[in-house]
Amino acid sequence: MSLKLEDVTKKYGTFTAVDHLSLEIPEKQIFGFLGANGAGKTTTFRMILGLIDPTDGQVTWNGETIDYSKSNQIGYLPEERGLYLKLKVSEQIIYLARLRGMKKNDIIPALKKWLERFKVPEYLDKKVEELSKGNQQKIQFISAVIHNPKLLILDEPFTGLDPVNVEMLKEAVVDLANSGTSIVFSSHQMAHVEELCEHLCIMQHGKPVVHGALKEIKRSFGKKNLFVHADFDLDFLKDIPGVVAIKKYTEGCKLQIESEAISQKVLQALHDKGFIRRFELEEPSLNDIFIEKAGESYE
Amino acid sequence: MNKFWIVLGHSYWTRFKSKSFIITTAIFLLFVIGMANIQSIVELFDQEDETDVVAVIDNTDTVFDSLEESVKQLDNNVTLEAYDGSLSEVEELVRSGEYVGVLEIAYNQENLPVGSYHTDQLANTSISTMLENQLQQIKVAMATNQAGVEQSVIQSIYAPVSFDTVAIEKEDGTTAKTEEELNSARGLVYIMLFLLYITVIVYGNMIAVDIANEKSSRVMEILISSSPPVSQMFAKIIGIALLGLTQIGLTFIVGFSLMQQKQDNEILTALGFADTPISTFVYAIIFFLLGYLLYATLMAMLGSLVSRMEDVQQMMTPIMFLIIIAFMISIFGLNNPDNSFIAITSYIPFFTPMVMFLRVGMLDIPFWQPILSILIMVVTITILAIIGARVYRGGVLMYGRASSIKDFKKALQLSKKE
Repeated sequence: MSLKLEDVTKKYGTFTAVDHLSLEIPEKQIFGFLGANGAGKTTTFRMILGLIDPTDGQVTWNGETIDYSKSNQIGYLPEERGLYLKLKVSEQIIYLARLRGMKKNDIIPALKKWLERFKVPEYLDKKVEELSKGNQQKIQFISAVIHNPKLLILDEPFTGLDPVNVEMLKEAVVDLANSGTSIVFSSHQMAHVEELCEHLCIMQHGKPVVHGALKEIKRSFGKKNLFVHADFDLDFLKDIPGVVAIKKYTEGCKLQIESEAISQKVLQALHDKGFIRRFELEEPSLNDIFIEKAGESYE
Repeated sequence: MNKFWIVLGHSYWTRFKSKSFIITTAIFLLFVIGMANIQSIVELFDQEDETDVVAVIDNTDTVFDSLEESVKQLDNNVTLEAYDGSLSEVEELVRSGEYVGVLEIAYNQENLPVGSYHTDQLANTSISTMLENQLQQIKVAMATNQAGVEQSVIQSIYAPVSFDTVAIEKEDGTTAKTEEELNSARGLVYIMLFLLYITVIVYGNMIAVDIANEKSSRVMEILISSSPPVSQMFAKIIGIALLGLTQIGLTFIVGFSLMQQKQDNEILTALGFADTPISTFVYAIIFFLLGYLLYATLMAMLGSLVSRMEDVQQMMTPIMFLIIIAFMISIFGLNNPDNSFIAITSYIPFFTPMVMFLRVGMLDIPFWQPILSILIMVVTITILAIIGARVYRGGVLMYGRASSIKDFKKALQLSKKE
């Protein structure tokens, strides 16, 4: 019971959008999908959904290929938001939910429940074009989850939302995962991925550069962050073997070191140099891993 | 299959409830009501018209009476009035509006009447032409009288020749279509031409705009992830066809019942519904539906290629040309249905619904000809549907500026199975 991508390749002419991607996405979990713009995330999602066929390899879900017979069990929130601007929220959701196999009579109660949850019950009979971007996003989200999908694909679900609404949607995502929905989601916000996902994959130029459980990835990354705040110039620290990078700021600097052991060498080097305010060893953030693995272009 | 009906229902009902549909239907109905009552409307304006009075200065003293007599018989909106006085005096009265003009009659050297009509309404030639014709007849009568020719001789000279067109039976026992049949067929062909022309332009446009709209608002991605693009495309085409039929049907029902009510079948007979064979109606329906399907499939295909509403018109221009060419060919064919150019073009699927229907209606062509053209159309529609569905599948995921041929290839590539 899981989503499997086996050696999936997608070529557009001479351009390879996805290059021999193999993934196994466990069931009832939130799987994070990261990558710089143009890394092949959306193409991968479209192949999972069966919108486009892979040039090579195959996508299976519970051992079967995904086609339109399964579309009632799948929810999709595309990266580009799309709703009928001229339709009322209720008409919109009724149409989209019926296309996902829901019965007409079940839709309105479910929709009301979701609108209550997102604290916008008054939007039921409003036209979509009258809503703000963030509120349209909520409607879009509802349209993706209203039919209780078994597999939910969220392409950048949190962009354009204020922090309160991000929390609200995040909670909803976690609840869905707890109730047994497998969720694949992509984001540029590393914090969101760190918070929500147990497993993840970082894509670069169509290839997975990092893949696995979040804890595993962090541990195997090896490099650590070391924060040093002191009253004197810290420039000389970059010459210590094992220090990969130094980033200076007003109060001190952030060092990237190859392993925990290096921190002790740094400590020795600092000895007797002057007053030290802070000396802290930290796990690498997903952001660091991403920048390292998916290229400098991403900031 | 179930989702097919959901999409069909959706494209029908959302349009049906829209303001634009209600307004255009209302305009159609008003137009039909106006057409049905055209006679009373024209009469309404006619009654207000006063009779025009023409002053006549008769220097011959003999022509006026017979001229007045013949004008009276001809046109009761114009009366003649003898006037004694100078031309300049009457011209003053014409200027003030009392008379529409003044006719001065005199004799020439051969003692025959000549006329000269003075008016300030030169653009309105109906009165002067009428006066000229009447004066001409009087002149002929007088001239022949002077030459000593009997009145009865003149009548026999001017009596129209008796001329009949009789259809000769063909070998298989059928006859060529009579003039009445031809006229009635022509009326039906006219209606068919306009209906198809308007339907393709209005509803074809609707399909292309609808699809481009779903693409530009990016709903499309959700839609095609929930149901197959092909079934969506045809659900949309048929949904909008039903919408069109609703609108046209409504217009017909209202128009027909109005005419029935008035017990006035002049328009019906003029358009030739009275004695048209049933088979012509059957062909009309077949060709109309096939024609719509063909053009709608094309429109849907092109609509799926554009991503912005502004590009829709540009993409549709070639199709517009096709339908305009078909229209022009059939207008030409109305007068020359036998032309071999018409025969050839009637097999080209984009022209068939108009041109072949014209031939079926106006000529007695062998049964296999329309059947062959229908087959060609069905095959073309199937091929277009297959290509269209693939383009649709790829095209809806493609964004950016549309540049037709290149995009067409790209869309096919996107939907490739391998």
